[in-house]
Amino acid sequence: MSGAFRIPGAGRLKQAKTARFSFDGQAYAGVEGDTLASALLANGVHLVGRSFKYHRPRGFLSAGAEEPNALVQIARDDARKTPNVRATVQELYDGLAAQSQNRWPSLAFDVGAVNDIASPFFSAGFYYKTFMWPKAAWKSLYEPKIRAAAGLGVSPDRPDPDHYAARFAHCDVLVLGGGAAGIAAALAAAETGASVMLADEQAEFGGSLRFETGARIDGQDGFGWAQGAIAKLKAMDNVRVLSRTTAFGYYAQNFVGLVERVSDHLQNPGRELARERLWQVRAKRVVLATGAIERHMVFADNDRPGIMLASAARTYLNHYGVAVGKNVGVYTANDSAYAAAIDLKKAGVNIAAIVDLRDNPTGPVIDEARALGIEINFGRAVVRAGGKFRVTSMTVQPKNGGGERTIPVDAVLMSAGWTPSVHLFSQSRGKVAFNDETKRFVPGTYAQDCVSVGACNGTDGLAATVDEAYAAGAKAAKDAGAKAAKGTKPKVDAGESWSRGMLGAAPGAGPDTTVKAFVDFQNDVTAKDIRQAVHEGMHSIEHVKRFTTNGMATDQGKTSNMHGLAIAAETLGKPIPQVGLTTFRAPYTPVTFGSIVGHARGPLFDPTRRTAIHPWAEAQGAVFEDVGQWKRAWYFPKGGEDMHAAVDRECVGVRKTAGLFDASTLGKIEVVGPDAAKFMELLYTNPWEKLEPGRCRYGIMLREDGFIYDDGVVGRLAPDRFHVTTTTGGAPRVMNHMEDYLQTEFPHLNVWLSSITEQWAVIAVQGPKSRNIIAPLVEGIDMSDEALPHMSVREGKICGVPTRLFRMSFTGERGFEVNVPADYGQAVWEALWAEGQKHGAVAYGTETMHVLRAEKGYIIVGQDTDGTVTPNDAGLDWAVGKKKTDFVGIRGLARPDLVAKGRKQLVGLKTKDTKVVLEEGAQIVADPKQSIPMKMIGHVTSSYWSENCGRSIALALVAGGRDRMGETLYVPMPNGVIEVEVTGMVFFDEKGERLNG
Amino acid sequence: MVKAAAKTTASATPSAERRAALAGQTVSATGVALAVLPPAERISLRAPEASVAALSKALGVTLPTKPKTSASKAGRTALWLGPDEWLVIDEAGKDPLADCAKVTALHSAVGISHRNVAFSVTGPAAAAAINGGCPQDLSLEVFPVGAASRTILGKSEIVLLRSGPDAFRVECWRSFSDYVFTLLSEAASDAAA
Amino acid sequence: MLLIRCPYCEEERPELEFRNAGEAHIARSANIAGESDDDFEKFFFIRSNPKGVIHERWRHMHGCARFFNAVRDTVTDKFIMTYKAGEPKPAKLPGVAK
Repeated sequence: MSGAFRIPGAGRLKQAKTARFSFDGQAYAGVEGDTLASALLANGVHLVGRSFKYHRPRGFLSAGAEEPNALVQIARDDARKTPNVRATVQELYDGLAAQSQNRWPSLAFDVGAVNDIASPFFSAGFYYKTFMWPKAAWKSLYEPKIRAAAGLGVSPDRPDPDHYAARFAHCDVLVLGGGAAGIAAALAAAETGASVMLADEQAEFGGSLRFETGARIDGQDGFGWAQGAIAKLKAMDNVRVLSRTTAFGYYAQNFVGLVERVSDHLQNPGRELARERLWQVRAKRVVLATGAIERHMVFADNDRPGIMLASAARTYLNHYGVAVGKNVGVYTANDSAYAAAIDLKKAGVNIAAIVDLRDNPTGPVIDEARALGIEINFGRAVVRAGGKFRVTSMTVQPKNGGGERTIPVDAVLMSAGWTPSVHLFSQSRGKVAFNDETKRFVPGTYAQDCVSVGACNGTDGLAATVDEAYAAGAKAAKDAGAKAAKGTKPKVDAGESWSRGMLGAAPGAGPDTTVKAFVDFQNDVTAKDIRQAVHEGMHSIEHVKRFTTNGMATDQGKTSNMHGLAIAAETLGKPIPQVGLTTFRAPYTPVTFGSIVGHARGPLFDPTRRTAIHPWAEAQGAVFEDVGQWKRAWYFPKGGEDMHAAVDRECVGVRKTAGLFDASTLGKIEVVGPDAAKFMELLYTNPWEKLEPGRCRYGIMLREDGFIYDDGVVGRLAPDRFHVTTTTGGAPRVMNHMEDYLQTEFPHLNVWLSSITEQWAVIAVQGPKSRNIIAPLVEGIDMSDEALPHMSVREGKICGVPTRLFRMSFTGERGFEVNVPADYGQAVWEALWAEGQKHGAVAYGTETMHVLRAEKGYIIVGQDTDGTVTPNDAGLDWAVGKKKTDFVGIRGLARPDLVAKGRKQLVGLKTKDTKVVLEEGAQIVADPKQSIPMKMIGHVTSSYWSENCGRSIALALVAGGRDRMGETLYVPMPNGVIEVEVTGMVFFDEKGERLNG
Repeated sequence: MVKAAAKTTASATPSAERRAALAGQTVSATGVALAVLPPAERISLRAPEASVAALSKALGVTLPTKPKTSASKAGRTALWLGPDEWLVIDEAGKDPLADCAKVTALHSAVGISHRNVAFSVTGPAAAAAINGGCPQDLSLEVFPVGAASRTILGKSEIVLLRSGPDAFRVECWRSFSDYVFTLLSEAASDAAA
Repeated sequence: MLLIRCPYCEEERPELEFRNAGEAHIARSANIAGESDDDFEKFFFIRSNPKGVIHERWRHMHGCARFFNAVRDTVTDKFIMTYKAGEPKPAKLPGVAK
């Protein structure tokens, strides 16, 4: 026996399996199959939280996902603290530890409760009205203090140790909701052989059959039938049944997001189990069987712990075997609360009285309640609840006024009627329609291939629901292409049916200004707040929502939206449909970031691309830098060198002997076909037709607007074959750009493009000894200057494997780039390294590569250019074919702005103090004495210490730069102005003799 | 091409060792096994319709012209990737590039043997594992045996070939192989759970 | 995630495989170098950005890699039809009045 309020023989849980748990440090026992809510109620605990704004004591309102009050913090360990867990959803496991939220220092004594007394200051629109000024108070006061006071749970401050899975899935029929309707629809669809997925947010299927004792289907009690049907569905190959799975979002073309809680209910989930799994399902047809949610009654102090929805009390009794009180009052405006009273009475709980707002309702449940001897009061209202931490009484008054009577109770069950759950339908962009007779919004116009069945469609009665759902399931399967099947429709022998009820505030909700009759429990919105919002000029329901925050909490107004709307409509004097419903948005219930992220964390956050030579560099202790998704060796520190020392050594080493550099990440595209040269002429500014096979050229690619898009060395392997290189970062977009023109503007050309970036590992060998290092390993290529001059390419073998050997230089030294098939990259590198060691060669990284090219004034697209730089601006006019009549960018280059005088041009800068290294991005001015804001005439694009030049060097874009040679300009910095001289872009070996050195 | 003799050393040129990415790695979970496949010869073949017959003859396998299909013969598989594009994979050690070189009909054949890394994903949960990152419908009705498609897996492009009811070949670019293998491993363990 | 019918693959495929490539039917002049500033401005800078039906280019980037054209309603985000690159603007749209 676990808990004093557990009734022997009631409910479906096996009492044998005890689960120990704690709440706010107090130890309790529940049984397996309990939720945290049912286990606490079994122990007589109703007070579980404090409200968001007024810090009022709160208990359980519901027994399901709509719960606004019972939000707790669950901590498995320091890193796994989950805030805002609905105790009504969290399944109990042995050892579960929960804490209440939003209270300090304790649940019973909460300092923040002063807000309740001071509530006149916290009325609707409080935030908008109060926190306008002073601006500084936002940072110092409003943000931190209010966040601390109003916050819900506490987020964990460590990385989440759990992992999350994701799965794409496709099916013919997706059924959302596993109550009687969803099960019937799934059965009908599954019988046709169609692929079916059925999801329900609960641990067990059955929906309202969990509490409807009056339901009998196929000769069994409703819940038992549901379990049998689910077992049957699970056994079918074409059906996937997902419990603990919430459909949280319905997107375009029947794309539905489901989150499956895989292991939150387990005591010791193994490492192999994900915590949650995100299902992204594409369904040919969707059947919405999402049911309905009971509404509370809006009356004074209707939030006292112990006051809850009638269906919740019935669920706790009939499923969990828990009585929510010993002396229970009922306040209702429809029939369904009677069934709760009857069930409790039969279980031995005293029903103090039923208070029914209706005047003279009749029906079998009323007769039955009366026959059981329960006191029934028609035409009366509960105008107030007594008690603070637990309801102690309800005060009853005739609804049109008159004498009051206070009835002692320890729980109040309430029901204002049922709201169809049209959330997913509405998210699918379907339009709801208001049924004036039953006072509810139901699915109206559909926007997608889906159908609503049962309570969410406004269908009343179990028999009608099963009929409708079964037919809809069969039709959905047929529409999805399945063959008709002869199945057996479940036969409903008996069921319950309730509709009607009331919307808005009951008589006990005011108008007294001191009354708090809650509409939205989670955001502490009262009936008065909604009326006040209308009086203050909010006439649109969307404005009322935002002004009062009604329906904006994590429960998204599941219990409050309709009441809020009705009160606003009444205050406005307009019918409900004219006021309209607020938009339902995803997610239906909160979704963790983890499940959205899925596998994409740690090494799977983004691909980390490594070259074939990466393991060698790693073994050598290289420091790597990220270049897009690539890891590139940045520098190779030796014996305690810092970056500066390593780069200086590498820079000198390359120019003195030779250096090896991994250039594999460069983009490479093979352009093949009889029209290859024609295509190259169109895509690059340079002329290509006359480039001989075996020779290379530095190419510039523009966008149509005339600005530099990419650059690289291109080798012509054969008349119809070019080996194009691109920048590392530019590779994918350059390929896309070339394909775009080829496919859509020049489709007549017989040429094709293939990415060969990853086919070839590229080893740059640069420096005066480079030929000596390579030559011994090469077969079939004459390495002499005459046979292999600067800017040429040959195919042959190196180390016995095929190579495309380029003679080219990005350092200004004699240089080669050895391309070998990627799997051979590391072995060839090692062979070259061994040869290099005979000459004292160094390995160098991207930083040295940058310095060496800057010493020679070679640009880096994206660093020295920024998408507004023309070839002329960059001093590369020589690379533009003057006789060409067409290439991408030719017209852009003639735009008035691009030929105007005074454009920013790339120049060199030498600091007057040779030791000062400028900051990249620093602004340049002509007169440092002018007043602020100064006129900026350019900025530094590249800047390094050059050990080879014995001074700092820099490149900069400066307005009219080439006309300023020798001029002194200024770079104002926080700690002083730096004087610089404008120079040419080449700092080292101006004559270029070393290319053949 | 200019090819002159330039052997300058007396010592024999060493033959470089081939070091394939992730060579030999495997992962197995309930219902699904992953393995890195051995190196294969591959070309990216591009050609207009008029050249298809000549190329098919030279390659010894009929190039498929129907979207999302493949054709296989004697260890050589041609996968339709686009209306004028095929990935030809030879697992028998024969060079399709050399075969295409003999064809005079208009085409482009580019060697990409080292560009790709291939994985096999097999077992009853193979499709579920791939669906851990691939958004395509992999049911046998929609993606039957022999179906082939370039698509995505998480944040990487892949080429997917269904080689059997419970067997797939996944190809990706070399530098994405770590990512793809890791994602497939994680998804496989979830598919098994 | 949308489903987009690729006219080359002849089936609907997930949006993740595709990439939008801007407005369609804006042809580059065969004599672009001789174009006036106004014409070049229209060609390069001006786009219609309609509310409603738009003709736009997409690329089946991670599929067959082909560029193709699509007619889409920017209000409902629904694809009305797709067709191959180089084909003319369809005169009649399926399921669209007018």
